[in-house]
Amino acid sequence: MSTELDVFVGNTTVLDEDVYQLWLDGHTVSNAVRIRMEAGALQECEANAEVLHSDTMDQFRTFQMCERLLQSPSKVANQLLFQIPPHRQTMLIERYYEFDSVFAREVLGKKLSKGTKKDLDDISSKTGIALKCCRRQFDNFKHVFKVVEELKGPLVENIQRHFLLSDVLARDYAAIVFFANSRFETGKRKLQYLSFQDFAFCAGQLISYWTVGAVNNVMEDLDVDLEKEFLHDLKDLKVLVNDKDMLDQHKSLVCAQLRGKIKVFSEMEASFKNLSRALVNIASKLTHTKDFRDLFIDLVEKFIEPRRSDKWTIGDLRLFLKHYSSSVHTLEAFRHQVIWDRYMGVIKSCILKMYHD
Amino acid sequence: MPGKLKAKIVAGRHLPIMDRASDLTDAFVEVKFGNTTFKTDVYPKSLNPQWNSEWFKFEVDDEDLQDEPLQITVLDHDTYSANDAIGKVYIDIDPLLCSEAATVISGWLPIYDTIHGIRGEINVLVKVDLFNDLNRFRQSSCGVKFFCTTSIPRCYRAVMVHGFVEELVVNEDPEYQWIDRIRTPRASNEARQRLIFLMSGELQRKIGLKVLEMGGNAVVGYLQCFDLEGESGLVVRAIGTACTLEKISSTLPATATHPSNSSPSKDMKEPGFGEEAPGVPLSSGPPTPLRAQTFSSFSPSKSYSRQSSSSDTELSLTPKTVGIFLFPSTPTLESESSPLPSAHLPRHLWPGMASRSTTPPPLRLSKSDTAILRKSVSFSEELLLAASGMGSGGSAGKEAGPLKALLRQQTQSALEQRRVSSSSEAFVRTGEYPFFPLTAFPPGFLLHVGGVVSARSVKLLDRIHNPDEPETRDAWWEEIRQEIKSHAKALGCQAVVGYSESTSICEEVCILSASGTAAILSSRFMQDGPLDTEHRLSRQPLCVFSTGSERVEGDMGSSASLGFEEVVSPGCGFCHIPYDELNIPFPAQLTYCYCCRRYKVPDVLFTTIDLPTEANVTGKGCLIQARLCRTKKKAQGEGNATVISNLLPFLEYELHTQLMNKLKLRGMNALFGLRIQISIGETMLLGLASATGVYLTALPSPGGIQIAGKTPSDITYEQHISNMQKKINDTIAKNKELYEINPPEVVEEIIGSPIPEPRQRSRLFRSQSESSDEVSELDLSHGKKDAFVLEIDDTDAVEDIHALLTDFPTPAGFYSCNTEIMPGIQNWTSAIQMFTSVRVFRLNASLTSQGLNKIFSDLCENLLKSLYFKLRSMVPCCLCHLNFTVAIPEDELIQVAVTAVAMSFDKEQLLENGKQSGEKTLIKAITENDEQLQFNLELNAETPSPNPLSSPKGLSEVGSHLSARALSVDYSSFADRCSSWIEQLKLKAHTIRRGSVKTTSSMEKASPLPEGRSRSLRSNRSYSGSSVAVVKMTPLSFIPGAKIIKYLGIINMFFIRETTSLREEGGVSGFLHTFIAEVFAMVRAHVAALGGNAVVSYSMKECVFMENPNKNQAQCLINVSGDAVIFVRESELESTSVQTQSATTHTSNGAEGT
Repeated sequence: MSTELDVFVGNTTVLDEDVYQLWLDGHTVSNAVRIRMEAGALQECEANAEVLHSDTMDQFRTFQMCERLLQSPSKVANQLLFQIPPHRQTMLIERYYEFDSVFAREVLGKKLSKGTKKDLDDISSKTGIALKCCRRQFDNFKHVFKVVEELKGPLVENIQRHFLLSDVLARDYAAIVFFANSRFETGKRKLQYLSFQDFAFCAGQLISYWTVGAVNNVMEDLDVDLEKEFLHDLKDLKVLVNDKDMLDQHKSLVCAQLRGKIKVFSEMEASFKNLSRALVNIASKLTHTKDFRDLFIDLVEKFIEPRRSDKWTIGDLRLFLKHYSSSVHTLEAFRHQVIWDRYMGVIKSCILKMYHD
Repeated sequence: MPGKLKAKIVAGRHLPIMDRASDLTDAFVEVKFGNTTFKTDVYPKSLNPQWNSEWFKFEVDDEDLQDEPLQITVLDHDTYSANDAIGKVYIDIDPLLCSEAATVISGWLPIYDTIHGIRGEINVLVKVDLFNDLNRFRQSSCGVKFFCTTSIPRCYRAVMVHGFVEELVVNEDPEYQWIDRIRTPRASNEARQRLIFLMSGELQRKIGLKVLEMGGNAVVGYLQCFDLEGESGLVVRAIGTACTLEKISSTLPATATHPSNSSPSKDMKEPGFGEEAPGVPLSSGPPTPLRAQTFSSFSPSKSYSRQSSSSDTELSLTPKTVGIFLFPSTPTLESESSPLPSAHLPRHLWPGMASRSTTPPPLRLSKSDTAILRKSVSFSEELLLAASGMGSGGSAGKEAGPLKALLRQQTQSALEQRRVSSSSEAFVRTGEYPFFPLTAFPPGFLLHVGGVVSARSVKLLDRIHNPDEPETRDAWWEEIRQEIKSHAKALGCQAVVGYSESTSICEEVCILSASGTAAILSSRFMQDGPLDTEHRLSRQPLCVFSTGSERVEGDMGSSASLGFEEVVSPGCGFCHIPYDELNIPFPAQLTYCYCCRRYKVPDVLFTTIDLPTEANVTGKGCLIQARLCRTKKKAQGEGNATVISNLLPFLEYELHTQLMNKLKLRGMNALFGLRIQISIGETMLLGLASATGVYLTALPSPGGIQIAGKTPSDITYEQHISNMQKKINDTIAKNKELYEINPPEVVEEIIGSPIPEPRQRSRLFRSQSESSDEVSELDLSHGKKDAFVLEIDDTDAVEDIHALLTDFPTPAGFYSCNTEIMPGIQNWTSAIQMFTSVRVFRLNASLTSQGLNKIFSDLCENLLKSLYFKLRSMVPCCLCHLNFTVAIPEDELIQVAVTAVAMSFDKEQLLENGKQSGEKTLIKAITENDEQLQFNLELNAETPSPNPLSSPKGLSEVGSHLSARALSVDYSSFADRCSSWIEQLKLKAHTIRRGSVKTTSSMEKASPLPEGRSRSLRSNRSYSGSSVAVVKMTPLSFIPGAKIIKYLGIINMFFIRETTSLREEGGVSGFLHTFIAEVFAMVRAHVAALGGNAVVSYSMKECVFMENPNKNQAQCLINVSGDAVIFVRESELESTSVQTQSATTHTSNGAEGT
C-alpha cells in the first residue's frame, strides 16, 4: 500500500514561505519534514507526519516548477501558469536570489567558471551549506554576471531591472559582479578576517566613485571597469611624499589638528611619513592590474596591520584620516585636489570598514 | 444563415526554442476554421514574434459557428524539412454568438501541445458578425445562453422555467481507430481533442434547439459529461433546465414593478391551465390504465429479467438490473418504496382541486409484490423496446412547454390519447421529465421535499454502430429517467430537483446512475408566475405564500386541516411531507413540524439539493461521507454485469446505513447535497457518498445510538460494550458542541405522535452483512420496530463502530460542506482559494473487504486532513463544495480527486452576529496591528504556542492569529487577494515579512550564520510589472463580497496530456501537477480573453489518469467547465475609504477586483 500520486493545485498558487526557505537551503524532503516537525508544525491543524510529508513534497514540487521562471524573473510577472499575487512574486524572487554571505565570501573574487563550480563541495563542507544550495547561489551569481556583463549603464540599476531585486540585494550582486570582474585578491590568509559585507561595502564605494559610470552618465560600457584616466592620474599624488616641503607642511597641518585629540599622537607624529607613504604608494600602483588586484591586501598589510599593532582605536584612525585628507586642501603647492579627494574618500571609508578584528 | 468570423494574430511570446543552432524560432501561425485555413507570414528568428496579421475572415454557417472551434496552430518554419508544430489553441467562439455575452476574444492564450504542455503564449483577436436568422427550420441555436450554474444566475430573473432538456451525441473514439496504430501520439491526442470539441459544440447546439422549440432562451444547470466507452465509442451527453431568463438591470433592481404579465408566456400558458383542469377530477377515480402502466414498467420478477437478458444482447441491453433506492427518512429503504401506486398522485399535483373526500383510498400494492420487486427491479421489455425504437432526436420539445405536457400526461385523458397512438406512448411518456438539474431555487419555488430518489442500471457496452442514431444510449437513459420519475411519484412528488446523471465504466460494463430529490414545486410559478415575485417576497422578513401555494399546503397537511389560509413559516415549509401520511411510501416516523406545529415532518430528510436559503437551521453543518469498498470476483461480460448488479443494492444499502449513523453521531437530522458515486473496477466496487449534514429546526432531534451485546456474557464483555457506548455518547455530545447544535427545548405537548425520547433511538446497522437475504429481512422488519439497539455479536460490528468513530473532526477554525453555502456563516471575506487535489493509492493484492474499507476511508480522511493543513493560513475558513470523485483507474489503484473552494470568513462578526458594523473596527485594527504583530511574533519565536490556531510563523498565519481583533479579514486574505488595498498595506506587509524571516531563522539552526540572508526584504518596488489579470475560480455560483454583473458564456474545455518521459517530468505527481496547473492557466487565460475576471460554477468533470511507469509513459484527460463572468466588489467604496485612512501612499491603480 502506498500513495502513488499526490498533488494539490490551487488557483492561486499555495506557497509556504518557511518551506520555501527549507527548499532554498537545499534540504531533502525528509530532512525538511524533520525540521518542520521540530519547529512544531504538527501542532497546527492537528497534522500528522504523513500530512506534513505530503505537504512538503507538494511544496517542493511547486518550487521546482517555479524555478525555471525564477531564473528569468521578468517572466514571473507575465507568465500564465502560476497565479501568484505580486507581493508573493517579489518574495519568491527575492528569496531565490538571496545568498549566504559566508558562501559569497568564499566565492568572492574567484572566476565564476566551471572550475570554481567543481570546488563547490569543498565550500559546502567548509561552510556547512548544503551543496545544492551552494550550486543555486553560484548559478545565480554566474547568471547575473552573464546577463549584466553585456549591458550598458549603471550596474545596480541593471541588476534591479533584470532581476527585480530589492535595492540592497541588487547592491550585493553588484559587488559580486564587480569582484568577479576585477578579480581582487580576497583569499589570502591575512584577508580572512574580512566578511562579505566588508568587501561589499568597499565594492560599493569603488563602483560609486572610481568607475566610469561614476563621473559621466554616458552609457557606453559596463561601469564595472574603473576609470583608466583616473587611475593614471593617481600617479601624480606621489608628490605628497616625494616633495619634502609638502610632506613636512602636510605633517605639521595634521599634527596641529590632532594634538591632544588622539591617544596615539606621538606614534602618529613619529611615523607620519610612513603612514602617508603607504597610502600614496597604494594609489600610485593602481594602474598596474597586478597591483590593482592586490588593493585590499595592500591596504591590510601596509596600513591596517601596522596601525592595529600600534593599538590605534577606530576613533583615532577616523580622526587621523579625516584630517590627513582634508589638510591637503590647504597645501597651496598641491594641484591635484580633485583626484586626491576622489581617492581618499574611497580609501578612507574602506579602511574604516576594514579596520576591525 | 451565415455569419462572419474574423481572427487576427497579433503576437507571440515565450515561445520555445525550436532551432538549436540559433537558439531561436521562426514561427508562423495557421488559423483554421472548418475547412478553411489561413497562414501568417513567418516571423524569423524570434521567441517573441510580432505577426500583427491582417484580419482573417471566415464566412460560415452559424451551425458551424456553434459546432466548430477556431483552431490556431503555431509552427516553426523549416526550409529543408517539415515544419514543426509548436502547439495549438482551440477557441470556443460560442460566447461570441450570444448578444448578451462577450463581444470579442482578445488576449494572451497559452499555446498548448499534448506532449509538451504549454509552450508560450499567443495574442489573438477574434470577432463574429452574425446575421439575424429568422428561418424557422434552422439547425442552429445561436443566442441561447448556457449556464453551468445550478441556480438562476445572479443577474437574471427567470420569467419561466420550461423544464428538462437532454441530449447525447456519440462517436467513435479516435484512440481506438485502426489508424491510431500508425499515427503519432500527438496526432491521436489532437484528433481526440478536436473531436470532443466538435461533439460538445454539436451537443450544445442541439440542446439549444430544444430550448428554442420550448420557447426558452437559456439553459441553466447545464451539465455535460463524457463517457469514454473505449472500444465501443465516445458519448457526450448533457442535461439542463430550459428557462426564459430576463436580465435584471443592475441600476434598477425593481424591474419587478412590471409584474411581467406582459410576457407573452402568460397568454400561452393560460389556456394550458384550463386544459388541464378538467382532467383533474378524473384522478378521484383512479384510472386503470395509468395504474397498469406504472406496474408494467417493472418486471414482475427478478428471474424474468435474467432470462430476458440473453435475448437482449442484440440490443446491447444485457443484464439491466436496476437497483432503485429511495432515501427517505429511515434506513430501511429501497424495497417498499419502489412500486408505489401512483393513483393518488394527481391529487398532489392539483391539490386545490382534488378534494380529499372524493379521493379513494390510495391503492396499496400487495406486500408480495413488493417482496419480489425489492431485490432487483428491472424494466419491462416493452418499455425498453419502445423506447429504443424511438431514437434520440427531439425527444423533448414536441410540446410547447414540457411541464404543461407533463401535467397533461398525468391526467387520464392525456394518457388515454397517447395510448391510442400506440407506439408513441413510451416515447411521449419518457420524453418529458419534470426534472430540474437545479440545486438552488428562488424562495417559494420549492414547496415540499420528499426525499432522494435514485436509480442505477448496469449495462454491457457494445459498439455504437451508427453514430447518427445513438438509440441504445438514449434508451438506457430514458429507462433510468422513467424510473426516477416513478420514484418521485411514489413519494407523492411531481418533480425531481437537484437531478444529475453519471456513469462509471470498467471494460465493457457500465453503470448508469441518476439521482435527484423528489419535490413539489410551486406550480403557479411555472404556469404564469414570474420568479421575481418570489424574489420580492423573500426580501420581506416573512415569505407570504400566494393563494396557490397555500392550497397546496392545506392539502398537504392532515385531512382535518382547514387552516390553509394561515401563513406558513418559510423556514419549514419544504420539510413538510409531500406524501400521504396514511400511505407512507416507506417506514418513517412522522412528527408534527417543530416550527409550525401544524404539518407532519419526517424524522430525517435526505436531499440532493442545496440548503434552501430560507430554511431554519440550528447550528452549523458539516461534511458527512460514507465510504465503502467491496471486493468482487473478476469476471467477463454478462457474468460481470450480473455480479455487479447483484452487489449494487448492498453497496447502496450500506452506504446509506453509514450515512445515517454518521448523521446521528453528529446530532443532525438532515442531509443536503447528497451525491453517491459508485465506481467499478475489475476486482472491486467503490462507493462514496458525500453530503452536508445539518440540523433542521423543523425536524425532530435525532436520538442517540445505542449498542448492546447479543450474547449474554461475562462482565468484561459488558464493560467493553458500555465503554463503547460511552465513547459514542461522548462523540455525540462533542459534536453537538462543535457544530453548535443546541436546539430550543421543545415541550413535548403536541398532539399527534411525538415519539418518546428513549424509543427514538436509531439503530446502528451492521454494514458488513455477509448474507444478502438476512439484510433484506432485517430492514423489512426494522421500520416497524422501535429499534434502537446495535447488537454486537462478532468482530465486524465492533470494527464498524470503530470506523464510525475514526472520522476525524475538522480542526479548529475549519468547517466543511459539499453544498454552496454553510449554514450559520454569512460574513465571508473576499479571500477564496479554489483547488484541485488528486491522489492515487496503490493497494496490496489480496485484501479483505474490511481491510479495503479501512484503507479507502483513511485515504479520504487523510486527504481531508491534508487539505486542512494546506489551507491553514486561511483560518477561520470553510471548505465549500467539496466534490470528491473516486475512480479505479486500474486494478489495485484507487484514485480520489477533490475540487473545492476554501473561503475565509470573519470570525469576529460571526461571534457577535454582526451586531457591530465591521468597518470601524477594521480601520482601527489596521492602524493598531503593527505593534501587535511584532509582539505576537516575538512570542511565537520564543515559545511555540500549543494553540493549534496560532501558527508560529508565516505572514498570513500571523494575521489569522490576531483574528480576535477582527482584522483577520485583511491578513488571512493575503494568500488570495491581490487588491490594491493590499498594496497600500505593503508597509505593514513588510513588517510582517520581516517578522516571519526572523522566526524562520530561529528555526533553522541547522544552517550556520543565517544572518546572511535575514536581510529584510524591501518592498518598495512597484508591482507594475504584472501584466496578467487575476482570474478567480470557484465551484460556487457566487463570489463572496462581489456582485456578478455579466455572464460571458460557458467555458467547456477538454485537454489531453501525454508524456513519454515521465521520470524527467518529476514522476506521476510532477506530471499531473503540471497538467492541472496548465489547465487552470488555460481556463484563466480564456476567461480573461473574454473580458472576464472569474469563473463560477467551475467543475472538473473528468480526470482520467493512466500511467505506465515501466515504459516511462503517462496520459491524462481532463474536462473542466464553468461560467465566465465579470464581477465587481461590493465593498469597493468601503475599502477605498479604508485605504485612504490606513495608508499614506494612496496610489490606487484600479487593481481592485482584477
